[in-house]
Amino acid sequence: MVGSGILKGLAETARNFVGSYASEERMTTVEYPEEKLPRIEASRNFPFLVFDGDDWHAGMRCVSCQICEKECPPKCIYIEKSTDKKPDAVGKLQNYPARFDIDISVCMSCQICVEVCPFDAIKMDNAFEYFATDRFGDLVLDKQKLSRSNEYYHQIHPTEAANVDAELAAARAKAAPKPAAPAAAAAAPAVAKPAAAPEVTASTANKPAANDPAKESNG
Amino acid sequence: MSATATLPPAAMLLDSEEGSQYLEISMGPHHPSTHGVFRMNVVLDGETVIKLKPVFGYLHRNHEKIAENETYLGSMPYTDRLDYFCSLTNNWGYALAVEKLAGIEVPERAEYIRVITAELTRLQNHASLVGFLMQDMGASGTPLMYAFREREKILDLFEALTGARMMCNYMRFGGCRCDLPAGWLDWAKKVVASFPKFLDEFETLLVGNEIIMARTQGVGVLSRELAISAGITGPMLRASGVNYDLRKVDKYGIYDRFSFRVPLGDHGDVYDRYMMRLLEMRESLKILEQAMKDIPEGPFTDPKTKVRNFRPKPGEAYGRIEAPKGELGYYLISDGSPNPYRYRVRPPSLINLTVLEDMCLGRNVADVVITLGSVDIVLGEVDR
Repeated sequence: MVGSGILKGLAETARNFVGSYASEERMTTVEYPEEKLPRIEASRNFPFLVFDGDDWHAGMRCVSCQICEKECPPKCIYIEKSTDKKPDAVGKLQNYPARFDIDISVCMSCQICVEVCPFDAIKMDNAFEYFATDRFGDLVLDKQKLSRSNEYYHQIHPTEAANVDAELAAARAKAAPKPAAPAAAAAAPAVAKPAAAPEVTASTANKPAANDPAKESNG
Repeated sequence: MSATATLPPAAMLLDSEEGSQYLEISMGPHHPSTHGVFRMNVVLDGETVIKLKPVFGYLHRNHEKIAENETYLGSMPYTDRLDYFCSLTNNWGYALAVEKLAGIEVPERAEYIRVITAELTRLQNHASLVGFLMQDMGASGTPLMYAFREREKILDLFEALTGARMMCNYMRFGGCRCDLPAGWLDWAKKVVASFPKFLDEFETLLVGNEIIMARTQGVGVLSRELAISAGITGPMLRASGVNYDLRKVDKYGIYDRFSFRVPLGDHGDVYDRYMMRLLEMRESLKILEQAMKDIPEGPFTDPKTKVRNFRPKPGEAYGRIEAPKGELGYYLISDGSPNPYRYRVRPPSLINLTVLEDMCLGRNVADVVITLGSVDIVLGEVDR
């Protein structure tokens, strides 16, 4: 019979229509601003810089090796090396970025900076509710705006962050006994250094106001 | 019809030999039926198409030149943006070319992960293509939304695995970027198990529909001879009755381990091309089931391959795979430096589009729209 194919199709549509009210499985959409789907752990959008401890500048893991700047495919990272040094996550004296800018209007979220970073200093964020009112200034994020605490990293990528912390702890354990070996007298301060060091350099750094960048981005 | 410096008006009258007038219209680049920014200059005699000239390049992004100035790894995220529906197969094609160039072995597990992700990509590409085709035919919304509902489930899988829904950037030379996260395989198995239900639903909705048959059967016929001589590949070639599937011909990766059939068409019309997609989805499900059952434990990437300072020896290589749209090939020449000397993409969409005029001549404008829809183009790949 001509038209039976159409009727069969319409019956299927009707089944879907009624089903969307009755079965949970067929309800595929959510009312976005009121209701949010849980974020998928692996999801990524823009990079951020990880810092340990409370002070974003003192705890910054980045040693400004500029590998990410070189490897970034669309070249959206701009780094200036510092002239002085501060201890890094492992406790070794290293340079830090005097300037670290990412133009997120150029960034294509490819994650290659994360893959090539040997210091686990740059990671991918998954906060997507960003806005900017200025097309040029606001989308270039400086190092303070890019900084996020390690706790925030744990919050958004728990599995990955736990692995990174374990690796860093292993590196720290390996690095700590080394300075102790040549001179026994120097052993004590060298071991104590990683914990004590951030406070020393914090005074030289321009401390930001109490606002936590991690909280700011989530609000 | 010659290209002039000034932009032509959207429609103009041309004198014919018989004294009547032809109408030349410009369809696109911002026409909803053209799947992006594709333009056709169509000359009409009444309602009949007597000439059709495709105009490309509105989305040209210098893809090949960028890749020649980029490290080998740096081109990987750009390949996502060729055919943005199927970034994982694009990644695979490129990785395959570089692996051939540098002679890299891929571990077993990585091969399985690649097959699983590529077949999931094929599922979501074909599902949304059928939805779009119905949209072009005037079935506004419903089939497309059903297809997108299923596609969304697969995109969620991609996001959990690669971190992104569409711009996955997941394959690496010698393997994949990361291993399957915990629980991913079970989740994927669930999605694959529920997919035949959707296909049944889709087929009840569409396959027997008289309007669809009237609109598609005998429309946009591509003969077997023309398809072969024009270098058409993919479901479009198979709809014309040519048994050529790179998964069977090349057996790249580990495709020789799976049992699946290659659906073939008979008439080469829009209906066959549409059925080809539906049937291929069923075969993809078979491959997926086998791959998910057999996937071994082990490393997900070749540990000897460096991420940085990757410099293959001078030479050339051509890697090709059966992407959902056809044969996707990457041709690379290395001069031993960190970036390729020459990088060339063979885009299936562009080459499948070259026979558009032959399929449309003598039909009317509404048929042009669905013929274009059945070719399955993505402008990111056509224009590069």
